[in-house]
Amino acid sequence: MTAERTATDRIAGPLPGLWQGFSATLSRDCRLRFRRRSELANPLIFFALIVTLFPLGLAPDSTLLSSIAPGLLWVAALLSVLLSLDGLFRDDFDDGTLEQLLLAPQPTGILVLARIVAHWLTTGLPLALISPLLAVMLSLPGHSMDVLMLTLLLGSATLSLIGAIGAALTVGLRRGGVLLSLLILPLYTPVLIFGAGTVRLAIEGAPVAPWLALMGAMLALSLLAAPWAAAAALKLSLDG
Amino acid sequence: MQLETRKLGCERDERWLFSDLDWQIGAGELWRIEGPNGSGKTTLLRILSGQMADYTGTLLWQGEPLSRCRETFMASMLYIGHRPGIKRALTALENLDWYQAMSAVKEGGARARRDACFQALEAVGLAGFEETPVESLSAGQQRRVALARLALGHQWLWILDEPFTAIDHDGVRQLEAWMTAHCRAGGSVVVTSHHDSGELSPASGVLRNLRFDGLGGVHVDR
Repeated sequence: MTAERTATDRIAGPLPGLWQGFSATLSRDCRLRFRRRSELANPLIFFALIVTLFPLGLAPDSTLLSSIAPGLLWVAALLSVLLSLDGLFRDDFDDGTLEQLLLAPQPTGILVLARIVAHWLTTGLPLALISPLLAVMLSLPGHSMDVLMLTLLLGSATLSLIGAIGAALTVGLRRGGVLLSLLILPLYTPVLIFGAGTVRLAIEGAPVAPWLALMGAMLALSLLAAPWAAAAALKLSLDG
Repeated sequence: MQLETRKLGCERDERWLFSDLDWQIGAGELWRIEGPNGSGKTTLLRILSGQMADYTGTLLWQGEPLSRCRETFMASMLYIGHRPGIKRALTALENLDWYQAMSAVKEGGARARRDACFQALEAVGLAGFEETPVESLSAGQQRRVALARLALGHQWLWILDEPFTAIDHDGVRQLEAWMTAHCRAGGSVVVTSHHDSGELSPASGVLRNLRFDGLGGVHVDR
């Protein structure tokens, strides 16, 4: 049946599209993540657990809670994303689909970006969406809710992008989890500082637009660099 | 129209797996790589498929260095390795559809893609299992899902590393018939295999051998 087409047909044909490869990879990844519901829920449950345990451990004093709420919510979100990172390329490495991803004719960076977007859609986005619910528990003032969500939306995307580099570097190692955290935590700290700082400013009623712009700039920068860095790291990890 | 190696060599753990390998894979040629375990067959295939950069010498695709024509090379090369490259949580159809989307140019959109995948799965004897998650298929059937990519028929050069693992006798015969037909149509195949059903005989006129002697020597039989 393969003999029906001639070899020249196959070579002369136009190259497969960039967008088609991106969207196929994105939709496959999302579908895959929704098949594994428990893995999908893991970071969310972790996030909710940390945030609910804190008021129990500390005194249920609303002024105390609201003063630590920005930092607490951000640290919890950061740790949840970190927790989910190890699986970003691990399964693909084990079953050989990562190998095939790198062998696709499309530029690897684009396909890696599709994977990162899928990771963000199933981790960072839901985290940002449920954060107001948990913020209420920490008696975060109502007028800062939208800023909290916005910083988490921008910040978690940056975290996914930066984290992908670490995940790609450690994918070939059997126990790369600890190394992964050590590698990328220094890169995560600016995001944490700006994210939590912006929410704190919003509580005080100070203008937050410049801070949000800076977070947007961080996202833009990592969007440009991270997929390519992760693609190069994946090639290194598989070469050998 | 060929893949060519010039003075290709690879050193692993202070041992040369092969060196100074001059080899041409032309249209209509089926190359069987033979050799004892650990002699470097898989490494050679990984280098040929552009996955490893750790080698000496040059690789040319249609006369151009591989690094300069990565996109066209990847579009016309199909590699199936030890790890099948199949997602166990997805169905056979979903797995194949991704490969089809990655390699095929839009011809009639998603519907045409699906039809092609159905036909390919039927060709490898998985009709009726299209919507079954791959993890509930048998090992041989899982392998067949990966091999269904051959039936999609986009690539000119097939690089297959032990494709017959877990495949039954009839399946092996069918695959070998496909390979021969692919070469007759002007394609090329590079395959490592310890199985032999007799279908791949020198009499078919396309078979050639590349033998590793396990001592760092490689013999090209024309």
